[in-house]
Amino acid sequence: MTDSARIQELIQAVEQANSDERLLESVQALAASHSEAAIPMLIAVLGYNNPGAAVTAVEGLIALGASAVMPLLEQLDEYNYGARAYSIRALAALADPRALDTLVSAATIDFAPSVRRAAAKGLGNLHWQQLPPEEIAQAQTKVLNTLIQVFQDSDWAIRYAAIVGLQALAKSATSTTEPIQNLFEQMLSSEADPAVRSRILMAQQRLQAENAIV
Amino acid sequence: MADFNPEASNEAAPPLTVEEAIANLHGTDLSLRYYAAWWLGKFRVSSSAVVDALIEALDDEADRTELGGYPLRRNAARALGKLGDQRAVPGLIRCLECSDFYVREAAAQSLEMLGDPAAVPALMQLLNSGVAAAERVPGRPHLQEPCEAVMEALGTLHATEAIPLIQPFLEHQTKRVQYAAMRAMYQLTGEDAYGRRLVEALQGADVVLRRVALSDLGAIGYLPAAEAIAQASTENSFKLIALRGLLEQQIGSDTELSEGAIRVMNLMDALL
Repeated sequence: MTDSARIQELIQAVEQANSDERLLESVQALAASHSEAAIPMLIAVLGYNNPGAAVTAVEGLIALGASAVMPLLEQLDEYNYGARAYSIRALAALADPRALDTLVSAATIDFAPSVRRAAAKGLGNLHWQQLPPEEIAQAQTKVLNTLIQVFQDSDWAIRYAAIVGLQALAKSATSTTEPIQNLFEQMLSSEADPAVRSRILMAQQRLQAENAIV
Repeated sequence: MADFNPEASNEAAPPLTVEEAIANLHGTDLSLRYYAAWWLGKFRVSSSAVVDALIEALDDEADRTELGGYPLRRNAARALGKLGDQRAVPGLIRCLECSDFYVREAAAQSLEMLGDPAAVPALMQLLNSGVAAAERVPGRPHLQEPCEAVMEALGTLHATEAIPLIQPFLEHQTKRVQYAAMRAMYQLTGEDAYGRRLVEALQGADVVLRRVALSDLGAIGYLPAAEAIAQASTENSFKLIALRGLLEQQIGSDTELSEGAIRVMNLMDALL
């Protein structure tokens, strides 16, 4: 059997799975194929309302790397926020800056908290060096401003995710390190939520530890 | 937990101003009053005028269901728990004797939120008939008494005198009732075994029950559950809320982070 015929079989097995166990097994097999032909089906699985299968599909997409980025962006499910959250998580893990605008939009205007959280966290980690050098500074500023905006959210978990994003940005984009450290100080004086405050403290400690090594 | 949805956005509620909500609460349109009571609680409008109006609404006779329930009283009782005003306590204690199960349940939940131990004797009364209180009422979708809400409240209110009353429910056939008893017993005795049993519940086959166990573990702040919570088979939003409960118990001084706090936050980061 050719490789492509084999992948088609694996894809069909997912489509025809008629139980949770069969679905999980078939998605695991498809993900393990490491084939780009599996990408559309893996993305479809994100919308099957089956967390075990979705997490497996996310891992499979991440393992496929850059080739999964454009399909994820193009097949982003406008109607199913669960699928969208998984897609955003995959894009955040892939850290490809081609996802920047999608992540910014997801972090600021998506109605689903799970999507906003995943996007806020992912924005800080983008692989800036994959951008043309002349675009890097502007992209980093855009992310910084976006995360500052996300920090205004009334949902504590989203503000928490903004801190995680800001910590990552401060580390990956050295021009933002000092402004973000100042921001953290300001936030501590106005943030009332104990979980968010703790995360700001941890972010400060982590950044100080890294600067100390340098 | 009845109307809690961590995926829902605040922006979905039709907008009211505080003045409109208060006016509606005092008005004659029953559905506007009902909505206003909900709205004031949801948006935490805690001015004393609002609290006064909601306390009055606990005795409302105008809004009745066909089965004899008191919808406005239910929403008023629910809202008062969120507004943090202790003046609501006596009215809520009286609500524990209301003929409407949902009013009794809302009152128990709100009394838990307000934290006044004066509520304990009236809460314990509701468990006086023993495990029979957790039997289903024929033809109705609820139990005789709101046992979960009552036991949870007794746990939060440190009512150690209620331990003998709660113990029989640990083996109840309804898992939700068992979990509420475990949660309360952990809070009242500090015994690790109760926390461990709730962690085991995270392996259960029913996703709704797994969410209930998560919520209970978060409420008691049982740190040993951290990794099990992070790996539980539920949506991440519920896991984050449970871990937050653990984190709140770990927070000591304002600038020191305990190992437990760091451990929990690392798990939370991975769930975003």
